[in-house]
Amino acid sequence: MKEPSQAPTLNAAFLALSDPTRRAILARLSLGEATVMQLAEPFEMTQPAVSRHLKVLEGAGLITRRAEGTKRPCRLSKAGLDAVDQWLAMLRDALSKNYDRLDQLLVTMKSEE
Amino acid sequence: MSKMTIKTEGDRFVVVTRRFAAKPEAVYRAHTEPTLIQKWMLGPEGWTMPVCISEARPGGKIRYEWTMPAGGGFYLTGEYLELEPCSRIVHVERMHLPDPTPDNHVETRFEPDEGGTLMTMRMTLPDAETRSRMLASGMEYGMEASYVRLDGMI
Repeated sequence: MKEPSQAPTLNAAFLALSDPTRRAILARLSLGEATVMQLAEPFEMTQPAVSRHLKVLEGAGLITRRAEGTKRPCRLSKAGLDAVDQWLAMLRDALSKNYDRLDQLLVTMKSEE
Repeated sequence: MSKMTIKTEGDRFVVVTRRFAAKPEAVYRAHTEPTLIQKWMLGPEGWTMPVCISEARPGGKIRYEWTMPAGGGFYLTGEYLELEPCSRIVHVERMHLPDPTPDNHVETRFEPDEGGTLMTMRMTLPDAETRSRMLASGMEYGMEASYVRLDGMI
């Protein structure tokens, strides 16, 4: 489409978002940075399972991780979220614009009757 | 005030509703006649639809081609499955970007509503993952992200 270079990242982002656990992890991260151990607790999941989800989210550009000793705390990535936001805004915008144009067309059709 | 609603149902459905100040006959025609479709189903500002094929009969072909102002474009193909004049359209469609997206099964109903029309478009995706990839969870998530923005946490 307009920016072909953006497509793979967006696909990865939506694929990452298709899993409810990953969405829940993102919701948790919206409250602030967290470690794997902190994330594993509320989800009753093993740390390796959480790590697998984090890897998907990181690959999709939705989170970033920094090194702090042996821990690697995660946080939301503004750039990744902006890409998703823009795509969704575009879709909603395109649909509403279509229907606003249809309103106009219906007025014209009525006056032609 | 927004007249349009978009919501998800179950894990494979997306439902869009919109009210129009015209009779169902007119809204139905605007959804099936090529010369009318070309006037409104254009997406973002500046896009045009130079090619519009809409054979409104069971088994009839659908093909919409969009051109963007900056050049380039993409197209959608589909087939009509059922048509009940003025009240209901069932069709399948897929976008070509250029690889085809999974089939989106769409039922559009037009009901008389206080002198106008209530349109209900129900999209059924092949599976939960496809729907999520298309928009559903993204929207849910988009809203969460907006709340986060509001609170200035990222």
